[in-house]
Amino acid sequence: MIGSKLKEAILCLRTGLVTLKYPFAPHPPEEDFRGYPEVDVDKCIGCGGCAAVCPSRAIMIQDIDQNTRRIVRLLERCIYCGRCAEVCPEDAITMTKQFELSSDKAREDMEVESQIFMATCQRCGRCYTPPSPVDKIMEPGFRDDEIKRGGQDSPYEPVKSAEE
Amino acid sequence: MFKKLCQKAFSKSLWVYHVNVGACNGCDIEVIDVLTPYYDAERFGIKLVASPRHADVLLVCGPVTRQVVPAVKRLYDAVPDPKLVIAIGSCAVGGGIWFDSYNIVGGVDAILPVDYHIPGCPPRPEAILHGIAVALGLAEKQVAPVHLKQLPDRPESVSIKTPV
Ligand code: SF4
Ligand code: SF4
Repeated sequence: MIGSKLKEAILCLRTGLVTLKYPFAPHPPEEDFRGYPEVDVDKCIGCGGCAAVCPSRAIMIQDIDQNTRRIVRLLERCIYCGRCAEVCPEDAITMTKQFELSSDKAREDMEVESQIFMATCQRCGRCYTPPSPVDKIMEPGFRDDEIKRGGQDSPYEPVKSAEE
Repeated sequence: MFKKLCQKAFSKSLWVYHVNVGACNGCDIEVIDVLTPYYDAERFGIKLVASPRHADVLLVCGPVTRQVVPAVKRLYDAVPDPKLVIAIGSCAVGGGIWFDSYNIVGGVDAILPVDYHIPGCPPRPEAILHGIAVALGLAEKQVAPVHLKQLPDRPESVSIKTPV
């Protein structure tokens, strides 16, 4: 019996150190890992394709005046599916390998807002992207009247922390 | 100040109680991964405990279903002060793809004061380790809000901060 325990101990010793050094040494993710979706605002044409396909409706679009379209990305609820990057006709969105996203106030830190200069429709006076403006405005997430966060109008009283 | 105190007091031993408030189990499995010898969160003094009364930290996964709200509040009260709440996963941080579902509160910070957020769907074990490192003051957080505006007469977009 002692022999088997000794054998086990020797086996364990032979394995050596397996623990990752991670927080003190970088450990890059695999080739096809999808992290933080980074937006190149200068490439974006404001077509709204990303808002239409985002499953968590993290991307919302408002027209704030006749030639400015405001695109708000509340990436705190992004699930890193990569659909926005896939659908974007201008390749303005790239899925980076950034996964170190923890912060103490994610709701503010994960917010990406961009204001895109758009053409104005001569008939209705609203913003549009020249190719096909008509179908896109019927999509969910497109031209939301309010930017809504999760838990915004929950009927529950929040618990106060000891700090407050 | 409270946070600094916590960092000092907790830097040697964080006892963690893990609670699932409607998550799909993806985050839970990553949390278990973090406790394996490969990622070895125990080298930071982190230990999973079986009762909230022994815990310093609540690890919350999931978008908080309505049914679980009273239980979670009781659980929070059962943890002795000082306590930290860490939200793990996009669901816990901002509601994820469920953020406006009828049976979902939408994010843990709608009902509890959350100290650290670790987004990801699910977060990599490394991302959770990074969150721990940020909480312990071993690493810097790496996300910041982005507000950019395109102007018609300029090639590059400029940074803005608009009231949301
Ligand atoms: S990666 Fe998916 S969830 Fe995240 S913003 Fe893009 S479409 Fe939305
Ligand atoms: S799909 Fe691309 S070009 Fe269209 S609004 Fe989204 S980021 Fe901009």
